[in-house]
Amino acid sequence: MNDTPTKASYWQAAPMAVIFALFFVVPLVVIVVVSFWSYNQYSITPAFILSNYTDIFHGCFAQLPGLCTTFATYLQTLIFCAEVWALTLVIGFAIAYFLVFEVRSQTMQIVLALVCTIPFWTSNVIRMISWIPLLGRNGLVNQMLLSLGIVHKPLEWLLYSHFSVLLAFVHLNTVFMIVPILNSMARIDRSLIEAAHDSGASGWQTLWNVLVPLSKPGIAIGSIFVITIVMGDYITIGIMGGQQIASVGKVIQVQTNFLQFPLAAANAVVLLACVLGLIWALTRLVDIRKEL
Amino acid sequence: MHEKRTASFYLLAAFFALFVLFLYGPTITILILSFQGPQGGLTFPMRGLSLHWFAQLFRGIGVVDIGSAFWNSLRLGIIVMILTVVASVMAGLAFRRNFRGATLLFYTAIASLIVPSIVVSLGIALEFRIADGGVKAIGDAFQVEWIWDHFTTLMGLFTSGLGAHLTWTFPFGLLIMFAVFNRFNPAYEEAARDLGASPWQTFRHVVLPIIGPAIAGVALFGFTLSWDEIARSSQAMGSDNTLPITLRALTTTVTTPAIYALGTVTTAISLTVIGTVLTVVTVVQRRRRRHGSDAGKGV
Repeated sequence: MNDTPTKASYWQAAPMAVIFALFFVVPLVVIVVVSFWSYNQYSITPAFILSNYTDIFHGCFAQLPGLCTTFATYLQTLIFCAEVWALTLVIGFAIAYFLVFEVRSQTMQIVLALVCTIPFWTSNVIRMISWIPLLGRNGLVNQMLLSLGIVHKPLEWLLYSHFSVLLAFVHLNTVFMIVPILNSMARIDRSLIEAAHDSGASGWQTLWNVLVPLSKPGIAIGSIFVITIVMGDYITIGIMGGQQIASVGKVIQVQTNFLQFPLAAANAVVLLACVLGLIWALTRLVDIRKEL
Repeated sequence: MHEKRTASFYLLAAFFALFVLFLYGPTITILILSFQGPQGGLTFPMRGLSLHWFAQLFRGIGVVDIGSAFWNSLRLGIIVMILTVVASVMAGLAFRRNFRGATLLFYTAIASLIVPSIVVSLGIALEFRIADGGVKAIGDAFQVEWIWDHFTTLMGLFTSGLGAHLTWTFPFGLLIMFAVFNRFNPAYEEAARDLGASPWQTFRHVVLPIIGPAIAGVALFGFTLSWDEIARSSQAMGSDNTLPITLRALTTTVTTPAIYALGTVTTAISLTVIGTVLTVVTVVQRRRRRHGSDAGKGV
């Protein structure tokens, strides 16, 4: 590595920097600015008002401990976050452990890891739709349960419900846990496990006191991915919830469709603050820089 | 090393098998159901086997123009792929040296990966809306007739839409390049330079072949992520539609297996791209292992 900057570095980095500036940094600034603008049915007008923010939390604090719509929506989204996080973490950890420590040939490891990642490169919408023939009222699962006599009428909560949203989230996002945890685990020195074993640690003790701490960076990165995806989601909740379940992302989408841009922008700022807060909390929990 | 398999191996292997079934089962189900007979419905049983729903798909379902959405997605995907490869390789090279703003650019890329897509999408939409207002104001101020007559919006597939997709593909491209250049031995470049190669020759004949497989990987991410992108596209495409957006709209209106047929076609294209890239990478690496370096062989 060469530590002296040259002109080459600047023009080489320029295309990426320009695109990020134009389509990521400026839009974020625009959102913050517009969240203070006023609007009517037809247009948005530059201003500096706080009413977009006060509208979001209107009556929320007076109503406590009752939940206003905004708080209820955030709570609902946070519950999804917690559930999806716990499920993807356990599944992702088990899969990564299997690939790193139980599969012996390296070729097999690569092939099986690819098997886990290939769906990531196919369409999320299609992967959601593909649950319909399985979970629908006359779907495969209900047909099976009926013919086995386990239930007497089709289960209604399988599709377009909290359950189906959760299922789709886990289906789509476990890969974001597997890959970082796999990456951390692959770096663990095997002799540490042997040492733990020789010192009389049981399998669970080794897992909890050696493997989990050493996998922490991967767990943290995977958690950040999963939590931010679920926090901002409106596609999965929309399709799998039959457009009946509220989420923060969906609120923003609906307000955009009604051209209430400043209100949507204020909501986006609040959402962004929440997401950054969660990430901050996570990095407190595990000091990523120290772990790397 | 070859001790007996423990119980945990079999337990985890079974768990892994179940997970793979969970991953692929549903998709395989709709692949099968898309060949439903003309009388068939959205779920089993299969009533015959036919290409009926594919034929219907190509005739068009409802008012939605699937053909144009298809071409939009394909063109956009290819352009995103090319730009992602070029920008990621260039940025990857830049990051091998310390330059001012390197940390900032890196964290911007990471942020672009984790900021919720709805926020990015809304931001781009607002940015272009304000820019539209600006263009119209200029038109009024300078009495530009062309703007009065022809200008509607700057938003579109290859402006705001393209930008939205790049904010999603660039971080992946950059991270892959990081992984590659972290393991890259600069001795090869030094050797090329010592032998009198120009910087461009060094890049073209030494660096590029070595990072070739990774570039294929970046291309794979670039195309597939754009081809399937929906969350960032939703507000940023203007009046144009991409295939995933169309597909999502169809989920609420179409109640025939035609939607599965569309799913099959889309997935087939994704799998073709994935298959091609993986094959190319494997073949290149095999050939390299066979014809690889003769260092240490006493030639």
